[in-house]
Amino acid sequence: MTRMVTAPADSPAAPDTRPSRAPTGRGWSRNTVETRVLGVLRWIVIVGLALFTLFPFYYMALLSVRDLSSLLQEPARLWPLLSELTVGTYRDVLTPTESGGQGFVRFMANSALIALGTVAVTLVFAVLGSYALARLRFPGRRRIGVLFLAVYLFPSILLAVPLFVFFTALGLRGSLGPLVLVYVSQTIAVAIYTLRNYFQTVPASIEEAAAVDGATRFTIMRKVTLPLAMPAILSNALFVFMIAWNEFLFALLFLVEDRSRWTVSLGLSQLAGSIEIPTTVLMAGSVILTLPIVILFFATERLLTGGLTAGAEKG
Amino acid sequence: MISPTVVLVLVLVVLPILWTVVLAFQDLRLIRLRTAGLFGDYTVENFVDVFSSPGFWQALVTTLVYAGCGTAASVGLGLAAALALRRPFRGRTFVRASLLLPYVAPVVAATFVWGVMLNPQFGVVNEIGTGLLGWDEPIAFLSERPTALITVIVFEMWRSFPFAFLFLTARLQAAPATLEEAARVDGATPTQLFRHIVWPQLLPTIAVLALLRFIWTFNNFDDIYLLTGGAAGTEVISVRVFDYLVSRGDIGAASAQALVLATVLIVLVSVYYRFAAKDEVA
Repeated sequence: MTRMVTAPADSPAAPDTRPSRAPTGRGWSRNTVETRVLGVLRWIVIVGLALFTLFPFYYMALLSVRDLSSLLQEPARLWPLLSELTVGTYRDVLTPTESGGQGFVRFMANSALIALGTVAVTLVFAVLGSYALARLRFPGRRRIGVLFLAVYLFPSILLAVPLFVFFTALGLRGSLGPLVLVYVSQTIAVAIYTLRNYFQTVPASIEEAAAVDGATRFTIMRKVTLPLAMPAILSNALFVFMIAWNEFLFALLFLVEDRSRWTVSLGLSQLAGSIEIPTTVLMAGSVILTLPIVILFFATERLLTGGLTAGAEKG
Repeated sequence: MISPTVVLVLVLVVLPILWTVVLAFQDLRLIRLRTAGLFGDYTVENFVDVFSSPGFWQALVTTLVYAGCGTAASVGLGLAAALALRRPFRGRTFVRASLLLPYVAPVVAATFVWGVMLNPQFGVVNEIGTGLLGWDEPIAFLSERPTALITVIVFEMWRSFPFAFLFLTARLQAAPATLEEAARVDGATPTQLFRHIVWPQLLPTIAVLALLRFIWTFNNFDDIYLLTGGAAGTEVISVRVFDYLVSRGDIGAASAQALVLATVLIVLVSVYYRFAAKDEVA
């Protein structure tokens, strides 16, 4: 289970950057030495970290467009030559299996269907549940809040055994619907947790004003509270989409027998062991798997992280 | 209004957990699933089998080493990143967003590209190592002891440090500037500032981060299964649970191990909670 928070871009607490000299003037003081060393070290860390994090992604993109034979001749060259560039890998990986490709279009459709389904169901349940937790008084309210937090921390491998057995016994393992339900149960806890905190920041007086004007509880929700909570709801939708799109364990447990139901993650992991499919073609598959998430992330980073921080802040 | 949500969570999370306990005390095979009754025939045989198999204790030690080192490495690197990116510079927003990529990227794609990078035949790391750094022969990063375990720990560090980085960055921004200002006026050097002013303020956050990361790494299945499949001394309990469940179809033993995993985790977490993070967690 993942979780994200980002802080605003500008740091109000940024300390003074000028190195201060010791007043004695007797060579370099400890202060000067430390400031200089740390000043250099800082850039080494920044550049090193950027390389460390980004290199695998660069390598992925690079291999997906390089020709296989030239890759095998010169594996260490880290830039593509114009002559060897190819999009044949992408054609191969996307073409349906009947036409000799790997059929990733089908996998993408499955992944999108599952992820969107998970988002829709999670949001319906999470909005209702978190609103109730934030606004209504009922017995056991606190305990239910704790329950959701515990579910959020609970590891999925422990749920894997009973859910696998249960859906196998029912004969429902292998279809997409039960998998969506499992994903919902995994994501709903964090969605409720963040949405509840957001609802609590919406002043109750706004709703009371609408109630005085004669609006019912559901009208108030639909016309007042939900529009106000839209940023948090949207960021939750993105977050849930990413989890469902990336998920591997339950997709493996539920869908592995039938290739036409594979998700992109599952398809890539299953084909990765095969010696018949060139690595560059599978790299193209990895790019196809990763790119939607990277685009979504960079396009919505502010919304995504801002909305979740608003809900997740503990001070 | 809350009830459908609670029912859903109860049915899909709480009931399965209870059912794991029941399954752990039954002798149940996957192939006999349809004919087997849900209740009755309780036995402790699964636990006897699990505890008496030598692979189990080895896997438990591996799990603890993996979780401990992975947590320390990812929180440590996250701290270094948060400190290095603390002061503004041109392009910081972009660098900051980029550093989060390993955390949001699909795990299957990440493990696949790492596997290719570290491949002994044509992986770029071994090419550079043998070509430029003068290694005698390619290193089999993912199929030899003890390199495989080190590699999966480094992978865990790569994938999870953004989480620590984010939380520590947020905490650093909330730290009042006046404290450090005052210490600097009094002549404190940068390392002294860190040791006596910044570190004590970060410590509670680090404690919570370490707890969360330990829980998640301890139960992590995807990374190791996809990188090594549990070979070469990297078999952790969660991979064993999967193997018993799917490859052997031994539901009872799989449940028993899952239960042991959960118990060890609960014990470790409550000990930690009592001593280190009492005020900070929950």
